[in-house]
Amino acid sequence: MSTVYLDHAATTPMLPEAVAAVTAHLPAVGNASSLHASGRAARRVVEESRETIAEALGARPSEVIFTSGGTEADNLAVKGLYWARNAADPRRRRVLVSAVEHHAVLDAAAWLGSSCGAQVEWLPVDSVGRVDVEAVRATIERDPASVALLTVMWANNEVGTVQPVSELAALAREFDIPVHTDAVQAVGQLPVDFASSGVDAMTVTGHKLGGPVGVGALVVRREITLTPLLHGGGQEREVRSGTLDVPAIAGFAAAVRVATQRQPELAARLSQLRDELVERVLAAVPDATLNGDPSFELSRRLPGNAHFSFVGCEGDSLLLLLDARGIECSTGSACSAGVAEPSHVLLAMGQDEARARGSLRFSLGHTSTRSDVEALGEAIGPVVERARAAGLVNAVAGGSG
Amino acid sequence: MRVLAAMSGGVDSAVAAARAVDAGHEVTGVHLALSRNPASYRSGARGCCTLEDARDARRAADVLGIPFYVWDLADRFHADVVQDFVDEYAAGRTPNPCLRCNEKIKFAAVLERALALGFDAVCTGHYARLVDGPHGRELHRAVDPDKDQSYVLGVLTAEQLAHAMFPLGDSLKSEVRAEAAARGLAVADKPDSHDICFVADGDTAGFLARQLGERPATVVDEDGTVLARRKSSFAFTVGQRRGLGLDRPAPDGKPRYVLSIEPVTRTVTVGRRERLRVATIEGTRPRWCGPAPEGVVSCHAQIRAHAEALPARAWVDGDVLTVELEEPAFGVAPGQAVVLYDGSRVIGSATIARTAA
Repeated sequence: MSTVYLDHAATTPMLPEAVAAVTAHLPAVGNASSLHASGRAARRVVEESRETIAEALGARPSEVIFTSGGTEADNLAVKGLYWARNAADPRRRRVLVSAVEHHAVLDAAAWLGSSCGAQVEWLPVDSVGRVDVEAVRATIERDPASVALLTVMWANNEVGTVQPVSELAALAREFDIPVHTDAVQAVGQLPVDFASSGVDAMTVTGHKLGGPVGVGALVVRREITLTPLLHGGGQEREVRSGTLDVPAIAGFAAAVRVATQRQPELAARLSQLRDELVERVLAAVPDATLNGDPSFELSRRLPGNAHFSFVGCEGDSLLLLLDARGIECSTGSACSAGVAEPSHVLLAMGQDEARARGSLRFSLGHTSTRSDVEALGEAIGPVVERARAAGLVNAVAGGSG
Repeated sequence: MRVLAAMSGGVDSAVAAARAVDAGHEVTGVHLALSRNPASYRSGARGCCTLEDARDARRAADVLGIPFYVWDLADRFHADVVQDFVDEYAAGRTPNPCLRCNEKIKFAAVLERALALGFDAVCTGHYARLVDGPHGRELHRAVDPDKDQSYVLGVLTAEQLAHAMFPLGDSLKSEVRAEAAARGLAVADKPDSHDICFVADGDTAGFLARQLGERPATVVDEDGTVLARRKSSFAFTVGQRRGLGLDRPAPDGKPRYVLSIEPVTRTVTVGRRERLRVATIEGTRPRWCGPAPEGVVSCHAQIRAHAEALPARAWVDGDVLTVELEEPAFGVAPGQAVVLYDGSRVIGSATIARTAA
């Protein structure tokens, strides 16, 4: 059975250029912090990679801080900004967070609230999952001096909604409030330019754009002070410690270079495939509903994202049935011990729990083909029918139990 | 067949799933998340459906190369099993939640969903045998007398049994462990689970007190003389001898047993063993593992999970099963199941409602 991979937002296959870069540097010895020739050779790879990534993302090389991936970069941004801003002025206790953030941001902020005295304010979203800039203004204006930071993702990982990040950055600048954005889903699918976006810190990661897992970066403006999460050798601007992973960084840089170069053509191709995917799913299951922004413009929705609710179905039944047919997707929800929780993103968008539970995310990427979309189009009708029967059984049994 | 293997994370269900794979079935593993608080780790050998158990089940599925999912049945389990357990104790009875779980969760909620999703059978690591007989599928005792779990399956109907698979019924536990080790399953030497899975620390009285609040009880003898006042009435089961905490010995010097528990006044009556003598048992909610018995049948009746089956005569009248024991039994607790056997075959069961000497 051939695999139809429709879960690129979870992780996407490595680009051949990234594989080549990683493998080229695996055999070499050399700690990038060492002063001898081997160390200098390693350092050179790291710094060239930093320059490549900076150039591709519209940043200066000194603004790129390598991390172990998106989760660490998000934690460093949220906690590091809060600690530094709060230390400079203890009145700064408010952390403004969109309600649809990834858990790496969501839970880091919640932890600041439960353990560091932060006052976390969840910024509401509309029914397509977008933060309302005027509502954020009102929230800030209630007491601007008490805001430690604002964090809103570039594009949502579940429903693909693109956030008004530049507008939010412009708004926050009026009050000198630093802005962080998690851009892990955006790079490679949307044009992303750090400098012109106006944000102060931006999370990127390797494995969502064709690089290796376990490497990412926080891009941070030079004038921003961050309190470190990891103490040690101070390798990265004294903000992040740990021996640098030279092969991974080289692979990450190769992937960022290729992904950003090819972004316009990939976005066009994925848009077309996504349109066809949405059309086929809605044709096969007329009462399925598309979640997220109904406008498919790149400024509003990730080109590779299609997210549906199937009334009367459990998302994990759908997943099981599709998996059995070799079609891989995601319920797009958080897992603890593998137990599906209704997605906080869909709940924040005003959906009820039942609809949130019956949702699936299909995400396309650089290896996606028309035959993937066709396979899904053929399978989804019978799968939904079957999952609906199973959902009905449990609803009836639940009522009598 | 397409088989859904319920995998608890223990050795038995892992080997059961492995045998289903070997038999050529298309097997999918499912771990049932039954606890509302899965973020707890097991202490000692107890507990189930912790994160650690889910991981063990997943590892076993990986080794077998089968798909694996977690199904969240915490709400159903709480409503059908935990709440029933609490209610039964509140009514002065002694329930067996394992039977209830098999009846309502594993071979109802899970089986129905499995069938709807296109599976043909649910496979578990229970020690019991399914035998094709003249009237369809029969449930029989396992080969390993120490592990036999046919008692807790005595609530399954013919329809449920038709879609059940118990691959371990012909094996000894020691063989199952050896097989798990030979198959490279990391759970091979995991301790057996005991007690009630949702009472993680094994303190049933404490669990019930947390659910129902402390309900002080009065311990009296048969003529109503107050012998003691206890913090909780939940620590008692009919037939219990130990842990009564009576400082004065009985006038005749003989041990005393719990004779009855009256839930409204929270009166626990104790007395001599002879007073526990039971010759007739009346059960309600009968469930038949095949055709319902007609007329009076000679059979064996088992009244506890780990008790010998006693020779008896039984008959059904409407919704009431009457069991007449050939020799009296002692300590028959209302709320437990009476399971009837014809040799090794399970005829069916009922919930013990009343007893008479």
